[in-house]
Amino acid sequence: MKFGVLQFPGSCDDRDAVQACGRVGEAVLLWHGDRDLQGADAIVVPGGFSYGDYLRAGAIARFSPVMESVIEFANDGGLVLGICNGFQVLTEAGLLPGALLPNTELRFVCRQVDLEVVDGDTAFTNLCADGEILSIPAKHQTGRYYAPDLDPDLVVLRYATGHCFNGSQDDIAGVRNARGNVFGLMPHPEHAVDPLTGSVDGLRIFESMAAHVGAAHVAV
Amino acid sequence: MSLSEAVALGLTEDEYGLIVERLGREPNQVELAMFSLMWSEHCAYKHSKKLLRTLPVEGPRLVLGPGENAGAVDVGEGWAVAFKVESHNHPSAVEPFQGAATGVGGILRDVFAIGARPIAVLDSLRFGEPTSERSRYLLDHAVAGIGHYGNSIGVANIGGEVYFEGPYEQNCLVNAMCVGLVRRERLIRSAAAGVGNKLVLFGASTGRDGIGGASVLASAELGDADADKRPTVQIGDPFEEKKLLECSLELLDRGLLVALQDLGAAGLTSSSSEMASKGEVGVEIDVRRVPLREPGMEPFEIMVSESQERMLCVCEPEQVDAVLEVCARWDVGGTVIGEIIAEREMRILDGGEVVGRIPVEALVDDCPLYDLAPAPPAQPLYPAPPATIEPGLGVRETLLALLASPNLSSRRPLFEQYDCLVGSRTVRRPEQADAAVLAMPTGGGIAVAIDGNGRRVAADPYRGAVEAVLECAANLACAGGEPLGLTNCLNFGNPEKPHIAWQLAEAVRGLADACRALDVPVVGGNVSLYNEGGEGPIYPTPVVGMVGELPDPLHAGRSGFALEGDAIAIAGPFRPSLAGSELAKLRGEPLPDGLPDVDVAAVRDAQRAIRDFVRAGKLSSAHDVAEGGLLVAVAEACLAGGLGATLELGDADEAQLFGEGPGGFVVSGSQAALRELGERIEVRVIGRVDPGDLDVTVGGEELEITLDALRHAHGALAELFA
Amino acid sequence: MPRVQVLIRPKAGILDPQGKAVERALPALGFAGVQNVHVGRLVELDVDDVSQVEAMCERLLANTLIEDYEIQS
Repeated sequence: MKFGVLQFPGSCDDRDAVQACGRVGEAVLLWHGDRDLQGADAIVVPGGFSYGDYLRAGAIARFSPVMESVIEFANDGGLVLGICNGFQVLTEAGLLPGALLPNTELRFVCRQVDLEVVDGDTAFTNLCADGEILSIPAKHQTGRYYAPDLDPDLVVLRYATGHCFNGSQDDIAGVRNARGNVFGLMPHPEHAVDPLTGSVDGLRIFESMAAHVGAAHVAV
Repeated sequence: MSLSEAVALGLTEDEYGLIVERLGREPNQVELAMFSLMWSEHCAYKHSKKLLRTLPVEGPRLVLGPGENAGAVDVGEGWAVAFKVESHNHPSAVEPFQGAATGVGGILRDVFAIGARPIAVLDSLRFGEPTSERSRYLLDHAVAGIGHYGNSIGVANIGGEVYFEGPYEQNCLVNAMCVGLVRRERLIRSAAAGVGNKLVLFGASTGRDGIGGASVLASAELGDADADKRPTVQIGDPFEEKKLLECSLELLDRGLLVALQDLGAAGLTSSSSEMASKGEVGVEIDVRRVPLREPGMEPFEIMVSESQERMLCVCEPEQVDAVLEVCARWDVGGTVIGEIIAEREMRILDGGEVVGRIPVEALVDDCPLYDLAPAPPAQPLYPAPPATIEPGLGVRETLLALLASPNLSSRRPLFEQYDCLVGSRTVRRPEQADAAVLAMPTGGGIAVAIDGNGRRVAADPYRGAVEAVLECAANLACAGGEPLGLTNCLNFGNPEKPHIAWQLAEAVRGLADACRALDVPVVGGNVSLYNEGGEGPIYPTPVVGMVGELPDPLHAGRSGFALEGDAIAIAGPFRPSLAGSELAKLRGEPLPDGLPDVDVAAVRDAQRAIRDFVRAGKLSSAHDVAEGGLLVAVAEACLAGGLGATLELGDADEAQLFGEGPGGFVVSGSQAALRELGERIEVRVIGRVDPGDLDVTVGGEELEITLDALRHAHGALAELFA
Repeated sequence: MPRVQVLIRPKAGILDPQGKAVERALPALGFAGVQNVHVGRLVELDVDDVSQVEAMCERLLANTLIEDYEIQS
């Protein structure tokens, strides 16, 4: 299983994502200027402040050469995970519905939150059960999810009651595309993979991706 | 140029005379601008350098001591941890968001200037009482600025402190500390070397940021109407700095550089002259080649601009192309602006013309250093703080009032604005332990804390400073850390006044003695003087940052009670007194004249014992008793652990319940473990961990205080942000 | 070269907490009778071909799901 983690100018949690993915398979950094996805089985668009969040978070990163390849990869059914700024990039790129707006309280908040698994049947949550609670940290200032007329089937994760600090509609924390191969979430699963630094509930998302890719290979 | 311009720039008549003597003539505009900055207190440490030389700077784990951009200590297996603390007080009082943000930017650059990757920041902030709208504004914007810069650049903010005291109303304090990680063989110094080697400036373009004070030198064409063209405030861009950081580290990784220096106060002038001085060479700079953001900048402006996010490096001529290629790839402009010359002078050119020429020694080394003329104050310097609680409160009400007081209530609304996780190294987050803990690539860890005290140092500069060092080391011990090195920021008033000079001299003496007693070398630091205004000076405020090692981060200490049934004890040579305490402050009592003596050796021994027991996993929790005294420390441990406690305190008096002083630790563990600890240091079991409430039996009375009541009081600071 | 200004506003109906924060702060400073405050963004550009600006807005300058834009030249 090979993960490709994108690296834009201003990405912060890129190396963290590589470290987390590295616990499950092989992980490489993919420079924003290169179109070569280096044979990755899944792409991770990491957290941070790509291009300084200039204009709008993710607005500039979505046009980078590597994103052209990622869009093609997604259209071909490849797995794409967007975390925080990565989620913002994917909504700007049109790979996921909706948009991320400034938190209602307008402040950056870094806090461990409980997430409810709404759909344990996706390529990213197949090792989780419906209704299971995952403890994962969230840290952002622009995480209020907004998607008018969203198909409710696309909701994958919700903040547990009382845990949503950004004002997202219906407390939505993560959504997928209709096809199910692209998933974005504001919380950071890559920061919940090591008992030394906190909970390990985030590891399941990367493991689910590997399981999905593994099953796909077997099926072929 | 003449004496009047020199004086307008802040130089004294005598200093100007010295300059004329060194040059053999009067300085021109460019030269005077350069001297005025390099000979300023901020750059030259005129009033503090002699004192700072009394601090201990040796230690077996010291890798880089004072004098470089940051200090560093060895953490094993070829790794070193770099760290330093710096102030950005005056800019933050003017524009708190940008002042605090650029303070973080500056200290980050100091750390990666020696080749270390910044992995954490901590901040120490002091404002006037939060009843003042201005202080609330400063706090709100300073925290937002620190968060903005640190979060954007991707460096975890893992700890800090905030205090509110009247004397900081006009002069707030913003001290920022950075910790970095580096392979020992990758450490780079700033001494320029190699005649003929090239000077490359890279990073953001140069504008008029920070020139402010030097604007008296402007040519007649730019008058008052253009005041906004010379902002005194520097504007920071963390995105630019992130690119600069990665570019610098890659340049070092590839072995392309001879020397590296960041541009901070006094911009190009200080960085190039300091590089030249250390390397015992000279530099020639052509200001015409400096990439500018503003049209029509004069040579003196280019030399003193404090535009942010710029670095200066020295490389061999054959490496210039490679250096510029790396800069281009990271999208940070790189330009050759000069070279190293054999003559030990600063030669400033504008195109082909020489516009300034100063012997390096004159600029960097010959600035006069002044002896302080210390004398204790004849009368109290500070008014008594305003009373904020009524007299005659019972134990329960006093505890809740303390927990809700601005200096003690939870800082969660502040630290949640900071990313404490990026980097995946954070083992103990804020409020989990007395010190932050980070995992090291060796498999070990480091503990980091920042601590200062103004009010107690004002009461007793010597003992107060000793306490600040002991407090920081105690916080490390509770996490299981052994101090490896210390960085300090000395925030004081006007040292030309004898009573301030006395505060400074006594505080440095205290710092030095405490460091020697604990065997901790000073690796570097910063001094910020003249923090006073019409209302008087700030409290004398030494701020201490420490890095300690911790062999087994998985068993790092925690401050909160963890196990029902655990015994709770007060351990160590704790001799509490209400003098100078938070309770005394809330009651509006004037500062005491002096603090009780401290048995530093006994406190040191207690810290070592706590550290050993935490490391051995024999204690469930360890929490240093600090502001608010014993009962507050117990309440904090209850809240951190989410567990109550039952305490039997006999006929403990107010001093024993709420009094302060070094050497006290609230610990919890098995009875057997506490007995074993008692064989090494003083241990007095005072109760046990119980689910439910905090039940205290004292003076024949039994008090039941719910965790909810404690939590509600402790959450008082959140109201400031509503 | 003509200079164009693009005003980007949050779409009506979407919560605008920045606008609300400003609306709350003004009375505290003594300014009464202020309602309906919204905070947006201004992009100014010198362009050769003004007719291209709308496409710039659609593709990059505004996120049309959550923002409206107005071009002024």
